[in-house]
Amino acid sequence: MIKAILIFNNHGKPRLSKFYEHYTEDTEQQIIRETFHLVSKRDENICNFLEGGLLIGGSDNKLIYRHYATLYFVFCVDSSESELGILDLIQVFVETLDKCFENVCELDLIFHVDKVHNILAEMVMGGMVLETNMSEIITQVEAQGKMEKSEAGIAGAPARAVSAVKNMNLPEMPKNINIGDISIKVPNLPSFK
Amino acid sequence: MALKIVKGSIDRMFDKNLQDLVRGIRNHKDDEAKYISTCIDEIKQELKQDNIAVKANAVCKLTYLQMLGYDVSWAAFNIVEVMSSSKFTYKRIGYLAASQCFHEGTDVIMLTTNQIRKDLSSPNQYDTGVALTGLSCFVTPDLARDLANDIMTLMSHTKPYIRKKAVLIMYKVFLKYPESLRPAFPRLKEKLEDPDPGVQSAAVNVICELARRNPKNYLSLAPLFFKLMTSSTNNWVLIKIIKLFGALTPLEPRLGKKLIEPLTNLIHSTSAMSLLYECVNTVIAVLISLSSGMPNHSASIQLCVQKLRILIEDSDQNLKYLGLLAMSKILKTHPKSVQSHKDLILQCLDDKDESIRLRALDLLYGMVSKKNLMEIVKKLMLHVDKAEGTTYRDELLTKIIDICSQSNFQYITNFEWYISILVELTRLEGTRHGHLIASQMLDVAIRVKAIRGFAVAQMATLLDNAHLLTGNTQRNGICEVLYAAAWICGEFSEHLEDPMQTLEAMLRPKVATLPGHIQAVYVQNAAKLFATVLRKHDGETESQAAQETSQLLIDRLPLFVQSANLEVQERASCILQLVKYIQKLQQKNVEVAEEVTALFAGELNPVAPKAQKKVPIPEGLDLDAWINEPPSESESEDEKPKAVFAKEEPKHSRSRHTEVDEKELARRREVRKQEQANNPFYIKASPSSQKVYDAPGVEHIPVVQIDLSVPLKVPGMPMSDQYLKLEVERRQKEKAERKKKEKKKKREKRGKERKADSGPESEEDITPAHQVDIVTEEMPENALPSDDDDKDPNDPHKALDIDLDKPLADSEKLPVRTHRPEALKSPAEDRDSESVPQETKKKSGKEKKKDKEKDRKRSKEEKKKKKKHKEVEEELLESQPEEAVQSEETKEAAAPPTSTSAEASDLDFWLSSAPVPPAAQEVTAPSSAAAAVDTSSAAAPESEPDEPKDTEPEDTKSSKHKKKKQKKEKEEKEKKKKKRHHHHHQHHSDAGGEDSVQNGTVEEEEPLPPMSNYSLLAENSYIKMVYDIQGNHQDESKVVVSVIFENKSDSFLKSMEFNVLDSLNSKLQRPEGAGAHDSLTVPFQLPPGVSNEARFVFSVQSIIMPQKLKGTLTFIVKSDESSTHEKLDFKLHFTCTSYLITTPCYSDAYAKLLESGDLKGSSLRLEGINMPFHHLLARICFHHHFSVVERIDSCASMYSRSIQGHHVCLLVKTSDQTVSIDAKCDEPSLLGNVLDEIKQTFSKC
Repeated sequence: MIKAILIFNNHGKPRLSKFYEHYTEDTEQQIIRETFHLVSKRDENICNFLEGGLLIGGSDNKLIYRHYATLYFVFCVDSSESELGILDLIQVFVETLDKCFENVCELDLIFHVDKVHNILAEMVMGGMVLETNMSEIITQVEAQGKMEKSEAGIAGAPARAVSAVKNMNLPEMPKNINIGDISIKVPNLPSFK
Repeated sequence: MALKIVKGSIDRMFDKNLQDLVRGIRNHKDDEAKYISTCIDEIKQELKQDNIAVKANAVCKLTYLQMLGYDVSWAAFNIVEVMSSSKFTYKRIGYLAASQCFHEGTDVIMLTTNQIRKDLSSPNQYDTGVALTGLSCFVTPDLARDLANDIMTLMSHTKPYIRKKAVLIMYKVFLKYPESLRPAFPRLKEKLEDPDPGVQSAAVNVICELARRNPKNYLSLAPLFFKLMTSSTNNWVLIKIIKLFGALTPLEPRLGKKLIEPLTNLIHSTSAMSLLYECVNTVIAVLISLSSGMPNHSASIQLCVQKLRILIEDSDQNLKYLGLLAMSKILKTHPKSVQSHKDLILQCLDDKDESIRLRALDLLYGMVSKKNLMEIVKKLMLHVDKAEGTTYRDELLTKIIDICSQSNFQYITNFEWYISILVELTRLEGTRHGHLIASQMLDVAIRVKAIRGFAVAQMATLLDNAHLLTGNTQRNGICEVLYAAAWICGEFSEHLEDPMQTLEAMLRPKVATLPGHIQAVYVQNAAKLFATVLRKHDGETESQAAQETSQLLIDRLPLFVQSANLEVQERASCILQLVKYIQKLQQKNVEVAEEVTALFAGELNPVAPKAQKKVPIPEGLDLDAWINEPPSESESEDEKPKAVFAKEEPKHSRSRHTEVDEKELARRREVRKQEQANNPFYIKASPSSQKVYDAPGVEHIPVVQIDLSVPLKVPGMPMSDQYLKLEVERRQKEKAERKKKEKKKKREKRGKERKADSGPESEEDITPAHQVDIVTEEMPENALPSDDDDKDPNDPHKALDIDLDKPLADSEKLPVRTHRPEALKSPAEDRDSESVPQETKKKSGKEKKKDKEKDRKRSKEEKKKKKKHKEVEEELLESQPEEAVQSEETKEAAAPPTSTSAEASDLDFWLSSAPVPPAAQEVTAPSSAAAAVDTSSAAAPESEPDEPKDTEPEDTKSSKHKKKKQKKEKEEKEKKKKKRHHHHHQHHSDAGGEDSVQNGTVEEEEPLPPMSNYSLLAENSYIKMVYDIQGNHQDESKVVVSVIFENKSDSFLKSMEFNVLDSLNSKLQRPEGAGAHDSLTVPFQLPPGVSNEARFVFSVQSIIMPQKLKGTLTFIVKSDESSTHEKLDFKLHFTCTSYLITTPCYSDAYAKLLESGDLKGSSLRLEGINMPFHHLLARICFHHHFSVVERIDSCASMYSRSIQGHHVCLLVKTSDQTVSIDAKCDEPSLLGNVLDEIKQTFSKC
């Protein structure tokens, strides 16, 4: 079982948090903070597993993470999951994000958490791996996106226009985003299959 | 209308959306909290609006804020509102929010049951998918119970997308509602062989998760998984299965044997490291289970170790880590094969990665030997000094202690070295493990008698330098060590060089800053030291020293008498008084030393931690028996008040007790002493009291010598190193001596044998530095050897420890909602899945072949049936439960071997590779045939007589007999069926039966009568139509008419077209491009006896008046010979009630509404209503779409809203069969009509 999936940036700002067990908001924040502390002080090129047992549940649990550009993707899993398998799953997740957002970068995750959640929901459900085939995931995500668009119909058009304008007339936007909108480079890892 | 929508969205687009919120937060870096609180206020405003789009936007923003740590549970109700939107976009937002913040404690969750059920059965697969995903995050026991059956149905959905989600969510359902496991399991098992790989993978996932917790219940699935393992190419599935086998093998060693070969093949062939790793892991598990260590398995071990070495040597840190992890598993059973890789593992200790170092540490534990212990620990001590993080340092510390103390200090040859290691460890700052070191010190000092002298000397030094340990604060865990030090110094004070100095150290004022329990030990042991000092000066007349000691205690102890800690205070005052008394005696020159030492005479023996639990109950002792006669109840109740009884009785018994005469007591005491003297486990007083006078029996400890070689009091100088040096020297010396001896021997036995004396010294050759006897922990006599581990009773998985092979009892079937449109699932599919439990039960054959045979037969039957007996099938559907019971009964009578044993023997067969003797085949053949007949008779009562040719005649008879019965029953059922259809469709309405329960009637014990809003639309000999009208939440001008078409004829109905003559006010919504009078095609065909539902949307302008629309349904009746065109006219009645939507309302909002004065009143009186008040309310809620706002006794306020936003408020009062309803609404004519309709509802009943 996957107990939690966290995405935060190099400064520990949460970009997505998905807990498959209930915690209060305060505990969740504490878990995110502590996980960040554990993960962030680790060098690159050391192993991607961490025994963070005390954070969530018992000592059975492990943190498995990957670091891409400015973001950490952390999965907290128990012993029924294969460590290498989860690493590959993270890779699939990021690659899927890359496809869905077309060159994903942190900004995409910042402004479209809901979308990221929806993509994740096609991969992991209630803490169990639902689908690992990237093209299948993308098909489902796109089909749902289409449905959303068709529902918006005429009503959605002006809203879309306005949001486009909102984004357009914001020359200050790059200024805000000082954590660099470097796109997450998805390295080509030896594939799982 | 389109303009209206556009206008609405223009209003909306200036609302803040999620992106704006995020942007805003980023622009307000300095006052983020303030900004967010204003945003939350805005969101609250938005949530109050009626527009669902605005609400959804607000909820979307809340989800983001939740991630930032804001509690958004206050919006739970709004989230439910958004969830129930009919638009997928909003629904998804709602479900996402719910999945992020709902949990078992969320009270509105119970409102969602019907909504979720509706979404689960939605024709849109993504609605269903979103509902399943959401539900998987917040499923509660109640939801699980109510929805288990719906989800189970979805497991056989046509779309694999839904199937895989439904399968996966079942695990969550099982966890919350364990009763569902057995009924759902057969279908789950079926999904293991689903054609879609995703569904298959999901099923494997769920079963693996289940089996991990209770593996023994899933052993019977091993053959199936084995098949999957050898056939699947999906690495995810393979990994899961292989992991599962890892959990199963310990239970069935034969399984392991079978696995080794394919796993080894996989190891050799796969290129995926993850798969390779899991294979190795499982092979290890297999090897552990085959502890017998068969010769050919050493090859497997070698293969594993070799592969793991490759992993560890890999540059990828992840593989290194996992390699070490797996290595540690091998270590447990095959330490030898790991030990040869010691170099590699020691190398990993220097790795820059902490995780890898920790893993390497784990491995070290199993790799130590007498020979290398000191060396390894030395290395670890170096790491301790270097370590930065306290966690890693603490881990190192515990590891050092673990390694040294393992299996009763097996590998320690020199305890002086160990003690000095422990003392060195006390220099660690900020460690949490002070108590661990302390307990080791105590353990060693107590159990290794020979080391006591040395230990005491070391501890005295520690006490002397206590200020170094307590340097920082009390929170410093290391001061625990002082607890041990003080106790050891006190208890074994006879070994102390200078007890006076230690006593002084223990009574320093600074001690008062230590934690209470340590102070208490200090005080008590100061007294012991005092006794030792006295004895030392025993015999010296007018000993100045002894009196000085007493004075010292008298001066210092008052400090402790004032302690806030009770224990300290009590002990200190006791001892203070004692010392004062002794001082008096001393002044009188009385010899006191002997008496004072007697106070602390006696030795403590270590007792095993479980000793108490393991004391066996002596024969003849019945713990449940009454010691005294139980007081008879009548006595205590009637005759005397209890208190009097209780008062008198003990007095009586006590006096009786003292009557036992002194002589008898003395005799008993004598006997007991005798007994204890003979009992080796009893702590005897005599030896220790002797010990005080004799020289301690540990002369062979060269305390002085050690002092010479290792200066104890050089601070900051690690002593253990010097021990290491000493040890090496000693060993060399020994070796040299041995060689000499051997040479001698050789000289004696010259020329006879040549010994390989130059070889490395073996384990056995290393002798401990001194002969130490390690006192083993005491256990009571006849201790029970069993080691019963107590499992955590709170483990949620415990509830899932369910035997899955037992046949399913009727009572266990999932609560099926009887009101369900059949056509949602195809009848054949349903029948199949229903018969699955039976199928598993009927596996009485021992061979797969037979199973296949059966399957073939059954499929033949099915084909035939499908052709000719569609009707019958439908019929069967109805009578399924009764059938199941019947067949089960007959089966149990006919086939004595229970299915459990059959399953087990299946497994046995699969596991034993021997060919089956043909005789067995013949013997079992008839029984399988009989089973087949059972199936056929149960599933197809009307099957042709020539069908079961190969079966015994009795069986055919019985099935024929059954057939007749069923024909009779058939007619009855037909009638029943019609009745049932009337209230089939309750759950389609928003306010279903459950809804009324939620409206505050749960507490009433009287069950509600079944209700339905469906009323007859039209009927002829071919078809019957019932309908219900509901308002649309999102659109204020639309209502949805749900029509259920039921085919009453024996013919096929197709090309149904539905048309309505529009009025000015109400129009049927037709697809774009269609003319105003075109009819709509009903999107399905109806086989005989089947019913299905279609929905039509109508737009309405004014809703204040009820109205009727005329319409026509045309269809083609197709029978075998002919097809005819038929027509049916109907009248759709739009009541005002149908424009109302059940809308919950909070009482404060309700009060405000009434106060506002915008509403106009009206009232209604109903006489002769003879039903419970809660039924009345439930009826209003159900039929007229109201919700109860508040209910006080026989008075209730209710609320509803029309699709155009009119508020309708009711105050319902009842007294003596009279119900008065005061109503208020902003539209009087609407109110009048609604009231009329309510009146009608109640006049009907």
